[in-house]
Amino acid sequence: MNKHILEIDRLNVSIGADKIIKDISMAFFRKKVTAIMGPSGCGKTTLVRCINRMHELIPNTVVTGSITLYRKNIYEMNPIMVRREIGMVFQRPNPFPTMSIYDNVIAGYLLNGIKLTRSEKDTLVESSLAKAGLWNEVKDALHRRGAFLSGGQQQRLCIARALAMKPRVLLLDEPTSALDPKSTAHIEDLISELKETVTIIMVTHNIGQASRVSDFTAFLYLGELVEYGTTEKLFTVPDDKRTEEYLSRKFG
Amino acid sequence: MRKTSQYNPEDRNIRLYEAIFKLVLKGAGVIMVTLLVALLVTILWQSWPSIREYGIHFYTGRKWDPVFKEYSALPFILGTLATTLLSLVIAVPIAISLAIFSGFYVNSGFLASAIRTLVDLLAGIPSVIYGFWGLFILVPVIRKLELSIGIVPYGVGILTSSIILAIMIIPYAASIGRDVITMVPNDLKEAGLALGATPFEVVHRVVLPYAKSGLLSGVLLSFGRAIGETMAVTMVIGNANFIPGSIFDPANTLSSVIANEFAEATDPLYISNLVHLGLILFVTTTIIGFLGRAVIRRWSVNR
Ligand SMILES: Nc1ncnc2c1ncn2[C@@H]1O[C@H](COP(=O)(O)OP(=O)(O)OP(=O)(O)O)[C@@H](O)[C@H]1O
Ligand SMILES: [Mg+2]
Repeated sequence: MNKHILEIDRLNVSIGADKIIKDISMAFFRKKVTAIMGPSGCGKTTLVRCINRMHELIPNTVVTGSITLYRKNIYEMNPIMVRREIGMVFQRPNPFPTMSIYDNVIAGYLLNGIKLTRSEKDTLVESSLAKAGLWNEVKDALHRRGAFLSGGQQQRLCIARALAMKPRVLLLDEPTSALDPKSTAHIEDLISELKETVTIIMVTHNIGQASRVSDFTAFLYLGELVEYGTTEKLFTVPDDKRTEEYLSRKFG
Repeated sequence: MRKTSQYNPEDRNIRLYEAIFKLVLKGAGVIMVTLLVALLVTILWQSWPSIREYGIHFYTGRKWDPVFKEYSALPFILGTLATTLLSLVIAVPIAISLAIFSGFYVNSGFLASAIRTLVDLLAGIPSVIYGFWGLFILVPVIRKLELSIGIVPYGVGILTSSIILAIMIIPYAASIGRDVITMVPNDLKEAGLALGATPFEVVHRVVLPYAKSGLLSGVLLSFGRAIGETMAVTMVIGNANFIPGSIFDPANTLSSVIANEFAEATDPLYISNLVHLGLILFVTTTIIGFLGRAVIRRWSVNR
């Protein structure tokens, strides 16, 4: 069994005339947490969006190279299938404000017109909310709209929504940058638990967060992959000077 | 050092500007309210003889016949309802499709700006032009249709007016709808797509539920506009002062009968009756305006 689930091979991305991602090749390990770090504007979001083909929504984006999920090129798959296998959680919590909490969790099924029986839905809602650590807080308000939830709860609802699709990979783009420290801690614990079942790729600006939850870390600079390795190695003895500078500046 | 004193609220000049600015805003508000009240008072005043003379019979009679001094608004109320509702039935689905298309599917690029320009252009054409087009093109077509199904070939009438009205309100409703749909937060659309939904499903399950209140109030605004639209309707409705029996019959709306008869009305009571029709129009459009606001308040989504 291959220990890599997702492989990026010579990926280049340009938006209009700007080269955003420059020849990145890297492989992600199954059921591990990989953190992607780097200064603002270096292309982290762009890279992550290429992994579930959300970059296709941005006009004038040209991508070359390949990304394979279990050796299947995702650019030759149906984008809808890709997005079901590779879930995404955004920076700003974005539960659907017109749906109840219950419907938000199974939104992926509702949106795709996949029919579920009542009991299938109930189990899915309960297990997904439990995995996202939200079940106890909302179990008595499942049929209310999610607008009254706190930011951290909303973000966990979004994680539950993504988990309900049973994805193999979960992309998190700065999932805690809009949250308070307590909710952040909660979500970090959650990420450590979730890697039992899914592979997690997480963009973060928070060096402490990367060191706490990730197994591997990639450092991006101006669209290039500068360094990629175990978090321990990268944080203690980085090979590249730029990595060292970035880390020390943030620590200092 | 950056100078921060430029924004110092203690500065006398700034305080003065603020005060003047507020005064101007308040003044504009007061003028608007005064105008509205003055309008209402004038119309009430002018229609008072009619209200006193006919009372409730003005709404229950079946005929409007100035020669025999028989006056009832009912044929026009029904004519107005029939034409506007029918025009909405035609216009709303088309307008909403256009709005979804240009607000969601292609919101940039050549096609999007072409549609946008076209819609805005259509919205700016004077209604008398639509009236001409109706007379020269639509009326003969409807006449043929009527001949082919074996009914009296008036050509003019409720159906013809509804189609013209629909064409006139489509651009209006579509541009409101487009604005409402573009206002749906991008991150919600992305959330839907990231779950593997197709664009159609995102429109159906995310965009439309979110935009519901805005779209509905857009429909109400279009309704208000259609009710008041005068010129084009007057030209193609056939100006018949009786209760229409079918959508092929000629009729009159509240506004078209006023436009049509005001110039020849000499008897003061006749004039008062026409103003009374205007009062009905005024009250209805005001109520629809308030309803539109209520819908926005009641149904808008909070995040
Ligand atoms: N829709 C877009 N159109 C044009 N350029 C874009 C677009 N989105 C991103 N870019 C450009 O791509 C580059 C990388 O952006 P990206 O959002 O991937 O950075 P990031 O590393 O996620 O930054 P941050 O840490 O601030 O989120 C930036 O220079 C940005 O200007
Ligand atoms: Mg980013």
